[in-house]
Amino acid sequence: MISKTVVFQCDEALQMKAVAVLIQKASTFRSSIYLMRSGRRANAKSLLGVMSLGIENGAEIEVTAEGEDQTEALDTLIQYLENPKS
Amino acid sequence: MPYSIVFLSEIIKTFDLEVIFSPGNLDQIRISVADVTRPGLQLAGYYDHFGPDRIQVIGNMEHAFLEKLSAESRRKRVTALFEKKIPCLILTRNHEAHKEIIVAAKKAGVPLLRTSQATSEFMSSLVKHLNVELAPRVSMHGVLVEVNGEGILILGESGVGKSETALEIVKRGHRLIADDQVEIRRVSETTLLGRAPDIIRHLIEIRGIGILDVKELFGVSSVKPQENIDFVINLELWDEKKTYDRLGIVDETTEILGLQVPSITIPVGPGRNLAIIVEAAAINYRVKKMGYNAARDLVGRVFPGPV
Repeated sequence: MISKTVVFQCDEALQMKAVAVLIQKASTFRSSIYLMRSGRRANAKSLLGVMSLGIENGAEIEVTAEGEDQTEALDTLIQYLENPKS
Repeated sequence: MPYSIVFLSEIIKTFDLEVIFSPGNLDQIRISVADVTRPGLQLAGYYDHFGPDRIQVIGNMEHAFLEKLSAESRRKRVTALFEKKIPCLILTRNHEAHKEIIVAAKKAGVPLLRTSQATSEFMSSLVKHLNVELAPRVSMHGVLVEVNGEGILILGESGVGKSETALEIVKRGHRLIADDQVEIRRVSETTLLGRAPDIIRHLIEIRGIGILDVKELFGVSSVKPQENIDFVINLELWDEKKTYDRLGIVDETTEILGLQVPSITIPVGPGRNLAIIVEAAAINYRVKKMGYNAARDLVGRVFPGPV
């Protein structure tokens, strides 16, 4: 299991869409991926789960991945959270 | 554990307490223990084993005791109590606060509150509320539904069909508590309480349709704010190599926050109607709880005589 913390950078208008894209990206991996924010944990492949974290611009998020493709999964998500526009 | 504090302002709001004196920081005062004290012995001067982080409640008896004292010793006794840096003092039954209490509260910067409720009644609801709010908690990826009075937590990988199952369970007349994310608290040594995070309450996500509001679509009788977790159903993709329980004689449990919850594992294969399986499992759990086990009964029929 590997994990990394990142600060979410996103325009307010893009938040909802960014979350939807994030879930799509997470769902392409076989690993189980979790996001942690202020002590709450949600499955990164679950839309409502991620929404329930109330992730907003500047939020500190810890991403955890476990499974055969954990390294790629973690890299992809961290990269996306740092710069959701790309 | 995260979040295991309650702010005094929340308690004041929940119990509709009257604020007699506020030092101005009610939303910053943290309550971290669920115990509540009636400071009878303390007012009599005994402070061994005193828990200063507890909410203090003055009821009939303490009030009458203070009434009997001279103004001077009353001042001394209440000052000593407030000097322990208690989080707040609550008067019940709308008792008038003695002048000395108000002075001492102001001096120590401790909030002074009042309720019209009777002491025991107020204390038991306060302790119950604090136990729920301060309980160890965890959020799990799953679905919580209530089927025939049993709280069923459905767990399983993303995409295994938890939400679809929940939707059909609701259509069959049962209730949804939480989809995708369930916040679970261990409110006592035997009880786990599950609810949805506020932001996504009553919502369900179905791939291809999007987000549905179950309460709007199916009405208030299709949802419930919270439910005890009585039974866990693990859904997993059918694994050819794995053997699944065919009789239902094995007692499987799933650990949540240190408690063992009865559970079963249901393999998901094409063409299986999961909702009806979950419903049947819930009813079967009920009947087992009431003392009947169909699998044992069958064993008794196949192998008669003493087992």
